[in-house]
Amino acid sequence: MLALTIYLSFAGALVLALLPKDRPALARWLALAVAVAGLAAALAGFLAGIGQGRTVLVDLPWIPSMGIRFLLAADGISRVLVLLTGIASVAGILFSWNIDHRTHHFFAFFLALIGGVYGVFLSFDFFLLFVFYEIAIVPKYFLIAIWGSTRREYAAMKLAIYSFVGSAMVLIGLLSAYATAGSHSTSLIALAHAGLPVSFQMWCFPLVFTGFAILAGMWPFHTWAPTGHVAAPTAASMLLAGVVMKLGAYGCLRVAIGLFPHGLDPWGFAFLGIGSWRDVFAILAVIGIVYGALVALAQSDFKFVIGYSSVSHMGFVLLGLMALNQIGLSGAVLQMFSHGIIAGLLFAIVGRIVYDRTHTRQLAELETMHLSRRLPFAAWAFVIAGMASMGLPGFSGFVAELQVLVGAWAANRWWAIAAGLGLVVGVAYIWRALQKAFFTDLQPTAEDHPKTGWHDLGAIAWPEIAGVSLLLLSTLAVGLWPRILLDSIEPAVQSLLAGGGR
Amino acid sequence: MNYADLFRVTLPETALEFAALLVLVVDLAFLRKTALRPRAAVASLLGVVGCLAAAWAIFAAGSVPYAYGNEILLAAGGLVTVAQIGIVVLTAVTLLLLIDSAFTRHVAEFAAVVLMAAAGGLLIASARDLLVTFVGLELLSLGLYILTAFAKTSAKSAESALKYYLFGGMSAAFLLFGFSYLYGIAGSTNFYAIYSALRQTGAGLPPIFFVALVAIAAGLGFKVAAVPFHLWAPDAYEGAPTPSAAFIASVSKVASFALLVGIVSVTLTPAAVTVPRVESGLAEALQSIFLNIFVSSLIFLLALASMLVGNLAALAQHSVRRLLAYSAIAHAGYILLGIAVGTSRGSAAVLYYILTYGLTTIGAFGVVDVVERATGSDNFDAFLGLHKRNPVLAAVLMVLFLSLAGIPPLVGFWAKFNLFAAVLGASNGAIPFALVALAVALSAVSLYYYLQVLKRAWVQPAVHDQPIQAPPVTLAVLVFIAAAVVLLGCFPSLLQNWIASF
Repeated sequence: MLALTIYLSFAGALVLALLPKDRPALARWLALAVAVAGLAAALAGFLAGIGQGRTVLVDLPWIPSMGIRFLLAADGISRVLVLLTGIASVAGILFSWNIDHRTHHFFAFFLALIGGVYGVFLSFDFFLLFVFYEIAIVPKYFLIAIWGSTRREYAAMKLAIYSFVGSAMVLIGLLSAYATAGSHSTSLIALAHAGLPVSFQMWCFPLVFTGFAILAGMWPFHTWAPTGHVAAPTAASMLLAGVVMKLGAYGCLRVAIGLFPHGLDPWGFAFLGIGSWRDVFAILAVIGIVYGALVALAQSDFKFVIGYSSVSHMGFVLLGLMALNQIGLSGAVLQMFSHGIIAGLLFAIVGRIVYDRTHTRQLAELETMHLSRRLPFAAWAFVIAGMASMGLPGFSGFVAELQVLVGAWAANRWWAIAAGLGLVVGVAYIWRALQKAFFTDLQPTAEDHPKTGWHDLGAIAWPEIAGVSLLLLSTLAVGLWPRILLDSIEPAVQSLLAGGGR
Repeated sequence: MNYADLFRVTLPETALEFAALLVLVVDLAFLRKTALRPRAAVASLLGVVGCLAAAWAIFAAGSVPYAYGNEILLAAGGLVTVAQIGIVVLTAVTLLLLIDSAFTRHVAEFAAVVLMAAAGGLLIASARDLLVTFVGLELLSLGLYILTAFAKTSAKSAESALKYYLFGGMSAAFLLFGFSYLYGIAGSTNFYAIYSALRQTGAGLPPIFFVALVAIAAGLGFKVAAVPFHLWAPDAYEGAPTPSAAFIASVSKVASFALLVGIVSVTLTPAAVTVPRVESGLAEALQSIFLNIFVSSLIFLLALASMLVGNLAALAQHSVRRLLAYSAIAHAGYILLGIAVGTSRGSAAVLYYILTYGLTTIGAFGVVDVVERATGSDNFDAFLGLHKRNPVLAAVLMVLFLSLAGIPPLVGFWAKFNLFAAVLGASNGAIPFALVALAVALSAVSLYYYLQVLKRAWVQPAVHDQPIQAPPVTLAVLVFIAAAVVLLGCFPSLLQNWIASF
């Protein structure tokens, strides 16, 4: 069932690419149908997989001479992230309903990207995973470069080069792991059991981890993220923050930690209190959390606020991974899901609902626009999404970040304390953006100048309402009843911690 | 000496030469008064038939080598057959591009020279003797000089041909000089005899050997356009008429690398390996290790320089032809890594790489040709808005360039992966690893310049809106090539099993 998501997306992309260019409505509906079908398949696969361990979906020989197999499988982590991808893709298409420039190309690239993302989450063969990972790079470039806004060509190229450099590091890791293991298989399970020497893992782990973490927005390799998010069209920012950054984090978890667990062992000496790669990456993650939040606090462009908030929230994912305990890892996976939904929602509000109407994202200009009264839907949606992003109880972000903090506390309490500071700043930047964008009335307006100069901003269209509802319901559902996901995540994390991909 | 045997082994070459003469005769006798296009079609199709006949002859020749006395002169079977079939197939594809081109009235002569040069290529792919190698190389090279100069009305064509010829003549002189020293040391012109003689010179290799080696490296480095013998390539690629440039970039490269693979295969022959071990002492063992290390470090050095210079210089180009030239230099650098490790798996990977690269690059030149004829320039900006002016061509360009950049699931990625895996599998040394890591990193750099072209074709708005008409045969060939690139990328085993089956 889950494998269908990949095939559907690629087939949809191909059909859309061949569609005549003067049928934009057809392209939209077709893309939506494909994405909904993908979501349905993901949901069905998720529900069917509850309580099961790893299930193999497809296992075919692909390149027998090198032992490479077309091996698709799913465990709890994969199923959660596939579900996230399904939700994000449907929401992304709903929020791109107003794209009318080369519509069929847009949705073709969009679905190709989605197909690649599904593929990464379901691959249990390193080579296959890498192939899907790279397939996802190219559509990102074109989505941003063609349909983007601020400095789009620069941002698109930066994103493509960062991604490709990251994947080059992963490829070096893949090649040398394959050569070192000598097992003539690139299956993640076989490689995890190949008994790679500790000294090898020691240098391969940071290489592969950093390669993937570039895409997860790890400080100091995060700089593609804000520029990319800001330049990207709304749906692409939603996907970038929502699922593409998760590709990186997923790679860190599944490949770097799964294959090279001994890379996290202590070096045997400590320098400035740093005694292992685990310390290094945890500190980078904490810096990312605090730095991203502080920089978000100082932005004048609404979308940059959300862009940097993504860096901050992804820091929690990486910190959770480095906690290396049950609760930290579960929190990290849950945070991937949660941030995917919430960041998608924030980007949708900022990029689609607000920007496409006001044509500015400068907070100073938005201040004068009385948006809380002119776009009450946007304002209240942002209030709720902001609450979710701050990590208030009842939303998915709360459960996830709490778990990460508890896990980090167990590992090293200073990490948790510093990350907690980031959370506080997180409240501040959302609050500031919320107030400036929606709730400032610098000039007296209500009675004195009733709606002078308020040209019509356009009614909220049904796709926007549908998209916002879908995302809000998802974050609320997980926030109120986190067990839906945790029941799947925890056993998978447990077996991952227990050793390799068993 | 047995002429029947000689005829049997050289039947493919004979078929090509015969086809060349037939093309000339038919054109001269029957088509003097016909329009250019039918003449081009007849010449090209006759040439293709000749290639098919040669391919049949290669299959029919089997794997019995031709020996003079008891020394093998022309090898057959195995990778030699693969390379030869690759050469005739790529020649046929190049000839098909001739049908639609209009740079010359002397189409029959063009086809004839192409076929004769291809015969030279077949010869060096199988040669196991210095003299045969030299004759084959000259047959190939002289043909290439003529082909480069074939656009008689173009000053650029004449200039580039002169440069190419001067460099080529010089490098041929170096090669012959090196060969003469080698003969002086070993007392034989046979590869096998030379190799065992070198390994048995107990008192140490004479210094003159290193002179010979460097001279030969210069001669062969010129053929594969390895740095620092690459200077002709950008000019020749830029000035030559498109089918000639495609031929130089594909068939000539395949033949030259096939020669290198042949030389490697000599060192791998069981007889050659075991001879010195029988009665050799420690000194001789050291001697042979030293020989291997010296030769492979020489090739590694060329590879390193080619990768760096090719990729970095390509970044600064504004002409797509020159871009392709520098990227060819970079690719030659990657391939030389596979030669340097000197294993049979490396050799198979080299052939896989060069064959698929040759096919891709013919397609790239085909696209350049169409655009150039419509816009009068091969500058990056000539490709502006190509997706609107000719969507099929733009799609083909995207597939081919992404394949050259090594993005999965296109064949260029698999070729690279296979090659690098072969290099790492052959040795655990730090130098091969470092070079592979560099090659992978430079692939990330290469994405930048390929995207520069794709950006203009797909992202930036068109300056002119009128559609570009691609001639039907060229378009069919290009679509076929793009389809092959995708298909072989998705199912790499097809070609790999085929190579392994010989």
